Amino acid sequence: MTEDGGSGAGRRLRQLALRDRHEALGARFAPFSGWDMPLQYQGIVGEHHAVRQGVGVFDVSHLGRARLEGSQAARLLRSVTTFDVNRLAVGKAHYSLYCNESGGIEDDVFIYRLAGERWLVVHNASNADQDFGRLRSVSGDMASEITAETVMLAVQGPDAMALLGSVLGDDVARLDLRSCVELDWEGGTVTFARTGYTGEDGGECMVGVAHAAALWDALIEGGASPAGLGARDTLRLEAALPLYGNDIDAATIPYEAGLGFAITLDDGASFTGRDALVQARERPLVRRLAHLAARGRGVLRAGYAVHPPDGGEPVARLTSGSFSPSLRLGIGMAYLPVELAKTGGRFEVDVRGRMLPVEVVRRPFYRKSRE
Amino acid sequence: MKAEFEIPDDLLYSEEHEWLRRDEENPDEGTIGITDFAQDGVGDVVYLDLPSEGDRVTAGESCGEIESAKTVSDLYAPVDGEVIAVNGELEDQPELVNDSPYGDGWMIRVRMADASQLDDLLEAAAYRTLLEEH
Repeated sequence: MTEDGGSGAGRRLRQLALRDRHEALGARFAPFSGWDMPLQYQGIVGEHHAVRQGVGVFDVSHLGRARLEGSQAARLLRSVTTFDVNRLAVGKAHYSLYCNESGGIEDDVFIYRLAGERWLVVHNASNADQDFGRLRSVSGDMASEITAETVMLAVQGPDAMALLGSVLGDDVARLDLRSCVELDWEGGTVTFARTGYTGEDGGECMVGVAHAAALWDALIEGGASPAGLGARDTLRLEAALPLYGNDIDAATIPYEAGLGFAITLDDGASFTGRDALVQARERPLVRRLAHLAARGRGVLRAGYAVHPPDGGEPVARLTSGSFSPSLRLGIGMAYLPVELAKTGGRFEVDVRGRMLPVEVVRRPFYRKSRE
Repeated sequence: MKAEFEIPDDLLYSEEHEWLRRDEENPDEGTIGITDFAQDGVGDVVYLDLPSEGDRVTAGESCGEIESAKTVSDLYAPVDGEVIAVNGELEDQPELVNDSPYGDGWMIRVRMADASQLDDLLEAAAYRTLLEEH
């Protein structure tokens, strides 16, 4: 994980409801966005491969979860988020953004339509409080924060759907991508969606705290490897999924990050940031988030400077970087001037004083094999 | 200190968690790696940037980098000397550092400039005490 994770200094860290389960599996914890989170169990690389080749389970209960329910919920949600939620059928989910009036990204979120006017919104932990405040400001008591009373488990990997089907039932196994369903399970309710943050098939389960340990145990007993935030970071980076605070922030225009698919302008609806985004859409981009793969041995890390190949002044800094366990090479992302952000473009990254050649590649770095 | 770490009795240790094994036949030569405690702390090693044969290393100064999945750490030379061998196996199998920190995961071999510097290193018992204070 990046230094971004250590922001809990001076504050009491929030503890996961399933902490004892993680401790029993040998988890090492690290502060992340105010939470004490499992960074790894047996090792980041092994957990990474377990997700790419089998199935892994992540406790992602640090993510902020808000429920929005009541008449006009869709209209209110639409007024603060970039994607036209009216396009979502019941049982569907979509990636979206909160933007500020300048069009900068305040957070990237997932919105789930559970029923006609019942929604689940999942926020980044680092922005959860202000995101919830944003929902509250437009919808009042219709919005309720359910982070503390629920646990969220991401089950990811080529074997994930089979495992989820056997644990949660066939309804889950039949769901399409980005579909969601609420189901009764062992006397509780599980909200399940076929979504994730690893580039693999799988899903995310939200369950009440009272039933969370039973669900975790069933997944582990069913063969899921516990995986921590370390592997979550290498997996999402291979899948070229941005991390808020690293790759996107309040100064990022979504189009620069390739997130135009999260924005609906043609419905004409007003939402925070719309005017700025309309203008941004008409202007040529100045910079673009580029995906860089090392063409020599070495590891890329967030913050490293990206230079032109002739060794001139740096043109960017890496927003994320890591060793890719699947590709066995250094990978990273950086905002390059748009005229330079072309596939095949060559640069050099200053790896602690040593210049490592890198090349702009298409995203994602890693794509799961199609069967 | 949570886990029980292996600390072989026949090695010398630096406070930066390197070990040195003095060669029995050529006592001015020594093999260097990182300890079980160190490999556990850095986590899965994915890449090593080690010095080359012929390079000179200086006690207490960085002579290489150990990249793990989560972080990058320096390899500090425990003594002054000249690098006379580098473990090429680590190029393709950096995980040997985790699997066998005192064996196949060795990093470099040096010809020491001044064997009296070994007196500045810790015996196993002293290194164990250092870890217990951690």
